[in-house]
Amino acid sequence: MAEFTLPKNSKIKPGKHFQAKAGANNVRTFRVYRWSPDDTENPRVDSYDVDMASCGPMVLDALIKIKNEIDSTLTFRRSCREGICGSCAMNIDGTNTLACTKAIGDCASGDVKIYPLPHMPVVKDLVSDLTNFYAQYASIKPWIRTQTPPPPDRERLQSTADRAKLDGLYECILCACCTTSCPSYWWNSDRYLGPAILLQAYRWIVDSRDEDTGTRLDELEDPFKLYRCHTIMNCTRTCPKGLNPAKAIAETKKLLVERRS
Amino acid sequence: MNDRYRTPLKIAIGLGSAQHGVHHFIMQRVTAVALMLLALWFLWIALSLLHTDYTGAHALVGQPFNAVLMLAFVVAVFWHAQLGLQVVIEDYVHTRWLEVALQLAVEFLCVLGALASVLAVVRIALG
Repeated sequence: MAEFTLPKNSKIKPGKHFQAKAGANNVRTFRVYRWSPDDTENPRVDSYDVDMASCGPMVLDALIKIKNEIDSTLTFRRSCREGICGSCAMNIDGTNTLACTKAIGDCASGDVKIYPLPHMPVVKDLVSDLTNFYAQYASIKPWIRTQTPPPPDRERLQSTADRAKLDGLYECILCACCTTSCPSYWWNSDRYLGPAILLQAYRWIVDSRDEDTGTRLDELEDPFKLYRCHTIMNCTRTCPKGLNPAKAIAETKKLLVERRS
Repeated sequence: MNDRYRTPLKIAIGLGSAQHGVHHFIMQRVTAVALMLLALWFLWIALSLLHTDYTGAHALVGQPFNAVLMLAFVVAVFWHAQLGLQVVIEDYVHTRWLEVALQLAVEFLCVLGALASVLAVVRIALG
């Protein structure tokens, strides 16, 4: 059955409070989810007072400042700090987004709440386990599949109009914000592919150079892999890159109907 | 755990694609469109029946035009309900025996409900 309450050992307890140094007068409090696999403690929410006068504008700047100056045990993923690697995807202020492109000033007034991506196993603190997500990506074989060998003297060509069909799809950085915001994925992540992977699947289905379109559609036509999407639209609302996975899924469903009649 | 020695890809692939689901998707929409149109007619007949006595109601429903639309309406209602409830159960019920039992119960109740309604309309139309 779908679970609507947390198991006993996942219930969140109140945590420690780290006060700002004396003299800080522009303080913002960050409430951060903490859990470590190294002890048997329940998860807790620690709060950190950060002096905004010496902090960058983004939530990631605050997290890095906390780790460098206040509490080095805080664990999170980050790499490019400019919204292209997708490592720092987390739930900030109630919405899945990238910590590096989310301005602290855009969060609701009061404390800034930071949690890991929802409904995923937690590795530590803000790091969630994306093993299944990546395996689902691998399962759609996300590379060009052709029978015709490429021309000997050039790359495979594509018209400007066909190339335009990839806009809004190729920009996906696989940060998993959309997939982990989807209630259908929460209840059925073992079988439902989720919005990110379905957007990637559609990216190859509409690619004019790919010659395995039929097989790709065959592989998606499944009550769970594709049709668990009930157009809830959380994916599109949360995407930090402004993409529309729900539309890609709807287009895939339309193609499946189209080839039947 | 059972999955201990299996690769994540093996688990993600599972039993593969069922290669079906489009028919369900299409019928959900076909019955929805039919119900949208039939509901307008149903609203009209329900309002007309409000102030009618038994013989008047019997005669109104018994007219071939109304009887046919009433049959179409009840079939579409139970068909659409079964399709929708099937999805709800698939979404939320993950205990296998309970899921199968609920799916069977929904299917049987919808078929019985449709047959009973059809019989009622036919008896009025022919009797």
